[in-house]
Amino acid sequence: MTFRQAAWDEPLIYELSEGRRGLTFNGMNRRFKEILGDVRVPEELRRSSEPQLPELSEVEVVRHFTRLSESSYGVDNGPVPLGSCTMKYNPKEALRVAFDESLQLLHPLIPDEYVQGLLEALYRLQEWLASITGMDICTLAPAAGAQGEFSGVAIIHRYHELKGQRQLKTEIIVPDSAHGTNPASAAMGGFKVVEIPTAEDGNMDYEAFRAALSERTAGLMLTNPSTLGLFEQHIFDIAKDVHSVDGLLYYDGANLNGILGRARPGDMGFDIAHLNIHKTFSSPHGGGGPGAGPVCVKDRPVKDGITLRDLLPGPIIVYDEGSKLYRVSWPGSNSAGLIRFGIGNVPQLLWAFVYIASLGPQGLREVGEVSVINTNYFIARLLRETKGYSVPYGPERPRKHEAVISAEPLLNETGISAEDVAKALLDRGFYAPTIYFPLIVKEALMVELTESETKENIDRYVDALKEIEEMARRDPDLLRRAPTNTSVGRVDTVKANHPRFVTPTYRVARLRQQGKQLILR
Amino acid sequence: MLKYIGVKSIDELYSDIPEELLIDEGRWASLNIGFGRPLDEPEVHALVKELLSKNVTSKVPPFMGGGLWPHYVPAAVTEIVRRGEFLTAYTPYQAEISQGLLQALFEYQSMMADLLDMDVVNSSMYDWPSALGEAALMSVRIKGVKRVLVPETINPFHLRVLETYTRPQGIAVDKYKVDLSTGYADLEDLKAKAGQGASSVYLEYPYTFTGVVDVNARAIGEVAHDSKALYIVGVNPLALGLYKPPGELGADIAVGEGQPLGLGLYYGGSTLGILAVGWSSELVRQMPGRIIGLTTTKDGASRAFTMILQTREQHIRRSKATSNITTNAALNAIAAAVYLALLGPKGLKELAESIWYRSHYAALRLREAGFKAPALSGEFFEDLIVETPVSYEGLFRRLAAEGLYAGIPLAKYANWAKDSWGLLSFSELHTKEHIDILINSMKEVN
Repeated sequence: MTFRQAAWDEPLIYELSEGRRGLTFNGMNRRFKEILGDVRVPEELRRSSEPQLPELSEVEVVRHFTRLSESSYGVDNGPVPLGSCTMKYNPKEALRVAFDESLQLLHPLIPDEYVQGLLEALYRLQEWLASITGMDICTLAPAAGAQGEFSGVAIIHRYHELKGQRQLKTEIIVPDSAHGTNPASAAMGGFKVVEIPTAEDGNMDYEAFRAALSERTAGLMLTNPSTLGLFEQHIFDIAKDVHSVDGLLYYDGANLNGILGRARPGDMGFDIAHLNIHKTFSSPHGGGGPGAGPVCVKDRPVKDGITLRDLLPGPIIVYDEGSKLYRVSWPGSNSAGLIRFGIGNVPQLLWAFVYIASLGPQGLREVGEVSVINTNYFIARLLRETKGYSVPYGPERPRKHEAVISAEPLLNETGISAEDVAKALLDRGFYAPTIYFPLIVKEALMVELTESETKENIDRYVDALKEIEEMARRDPDLLRRAPTNTSVGRVDTVKANHPRFVTPTYRVARLRQQGKQLILR
Repeated sequence: MLKYIGVKSIDELYSDIPEELLIDEGRWASLNIGFGRPLDEPEVHALVKELLSKNVTSKVPPFMGGGLWPHYVPAAVTEIVRRGEFLTAYTPYQAEISQGLLQALFEYQSMMADLLDMDVVNSSMYDWPSALGEAALMSVRIKGVKRVLVPETINPFHLRVLETYTRPQGIAVDKYKVDLSTGYADLEDLKAKAGQGASSVYLEYPYTFTGVVDVNARAIGEVAHDSKALYIVGVNPLALGLYKPPGELGADIAVGEGQPLGLGLYYGGSTLGILAVGWSSELVRQMPGRIIGLTTTKDGASRAFTMILQTREQHIRRSKATSNITTNAALNAIAAAVYLALLGPKGLKELAESIWYRSHYAALRLREAGFKAPALSGEFFEDLIVETPVSYEGLFRRLAAEGLYAGIPLAKYANWAKDSWGLLSFSELHTKEHIDILINSMKEVN
């Protein structure tokens, strides 16, 4: 199977503009004009000139964006084995019902009794997610994993504030293998981040963690399995230790696929957990979003009858036995606040509803199992058949949903880097792995096949890595010219970020053409 | 595959998990997950369809707005964003294989920049309130004063989100007064409060919970700048077909909600946060979120696109990043790009006029029916406050029971609103007859 991506050399939409129109909304304006006369806007508020938007007919717009889509690549095109992103197949039935047209006119402030069907679906989802994670109660509100993390950090902040110890609780502990969002979220919550190194066996360095733990510890953020695909074996001790200084444990659910159906964060001692609907529960990534990042808590006491559920910064759906109605319960004064206007990213959440309903508990457990088998099969073949790649940190331990391989041996031997390998994979019809992450692995290639990829695809993937290794020895320059089968060859990122060239909008390009000096210092 | 791996059973691959944590098959199957067994596709389809049919959709399009609005979703927009190459793509970290996606997002940024009259737009935030929260944090990073000023009549949901974003860092959110007879900001009060120091002054434009377009919009920016604060303007983008864009108002940062641009309501679950700045190194370097930029291939042979200025972001800068945002609302940004391209400048102006006509026709008929409309005398666009002789919530509930969603009972959400005030919203979806039905029904139950 060879891969050739469309290369349309498609102009910018502005360059296609010929004064045409794709859509009009003025069908009834004449009737209103007869009654009201011309539209009147006070001079000081009237827009002084039309925006310089392109002008095209509908067919031109559709062809333009269709051609752009043909120069894009998603799970529908082929494997996207990106580590920590869980790029599984996004079932089509879910697409059809999640974006049901009847939802297009449903306003978030319509009284509960008129949206019972939707609330029932979301209530069930909320309960299912609590069972899957072993937590007590979830809010579906956060729009993405990072907003879920921020919500969790806001809960940690509020917990200590309510207990009158926020001044003391200034630090959040994060292992150095964590996603960048963890330290970034902790910082947004006004906390100092304490990073803990990873031990040789892939666990967080327990002694270093013990040394860092103090009365200043507000909480710990942990991804389990970690970004190395390894289960954190000291989790019980870690949880006990964090709780002993009255800190809270936060579970980053990015890697839930690795233990789905086998182990639950709620049983490990975590107090707060977020889930990525667009990873574990199959809603599509949409080229970067929208996703959904529900946050669940253990309903443990805070003080004076307040429990952690009262701190959730988003609405929860409750079933009212008296009225036999599902109701939206908005966060109260003890909460960490409110994270959005509305109940959550509804289409993505319905997607998860369809996914879980379709698979049932048995199917979900199988999802986790197949993703783990796929990872370990991939590693076994790769290590057996190549020399250029290694698996640092506890190489003998079974991986879960993903594996981080290092192309350092290949670099040392041939000068071919992880980036070169990634670009060469593109030419072979595979989306590249996550590269240079986690930062603790040199020349990292982070691979997550998910349960969606077949054995044949994994074999093809290993064959591609083998072929790249051989080519690195035979003709490294050829590899450095990769990719050649994609819409364009290697992109100049240095120029893209150059202070005098950086061009985030067409308007900036236009202004420069007009002689304006736009330099980014 | 297990044999190749060298294990006897799947269980061995979980052998590093403490035994007391492992859940056996029977226990897992007994948990409340799904419907206890896998459902096949026709079963799931019928189930969801049946659930959704329990929602009561109104007999005429809802008159509810206030920051998320009912608008038409064009067929071409829906079809483009359902293309699998966009829908199922990851964030375009690998530029060479993602050129189309990158170009589409660059075109979103560009069209939004032209609409806002701002130079730099990021490729999306989650929604308006989170964009506002991030803009406020950005202003504090730049100006260093742990205080931001917002209008008294700010959308109460946005206010709560803003407080959620700012409170953990000890940033105060204080309100400047708004004259509740006109709906316009009290400039003297703003001057006094800004004079005490603030990192930013925020204006909603139009105010989502009064519908008023503030004639002082430029003057508020001048007060902000005189006090060394940044000026943040939050917009309903459709208003910009008629009204001055944030750039013309002197805004340093623009935020807003892209939901009206062909996304549909989805119970508030389909949103697009807009965030833009003028050309200032300080502002651009402090922006949150992904930005797509124009460049060329390394050999210089062809134009290309890639993500730029990534050193601001969490995956590189970690705790020093400008934000934790990663997943955003990219697909909704593409929808907005398609929408804006279909409309063009003239279509956008006509759409804004269509909305203006409907809200002003409604105001006329409401007055004829004996209601005070608009209750605030200032300029208005898509939403307006109607004052009724009775409690609006009661009226709203009676009409809802008849299948008519007559706006938002304001006092339920905003402490500055009178009990008799309702916020009505009008769009291109409403015909003259729809508006007449609304007003006749309001008269009857009144």
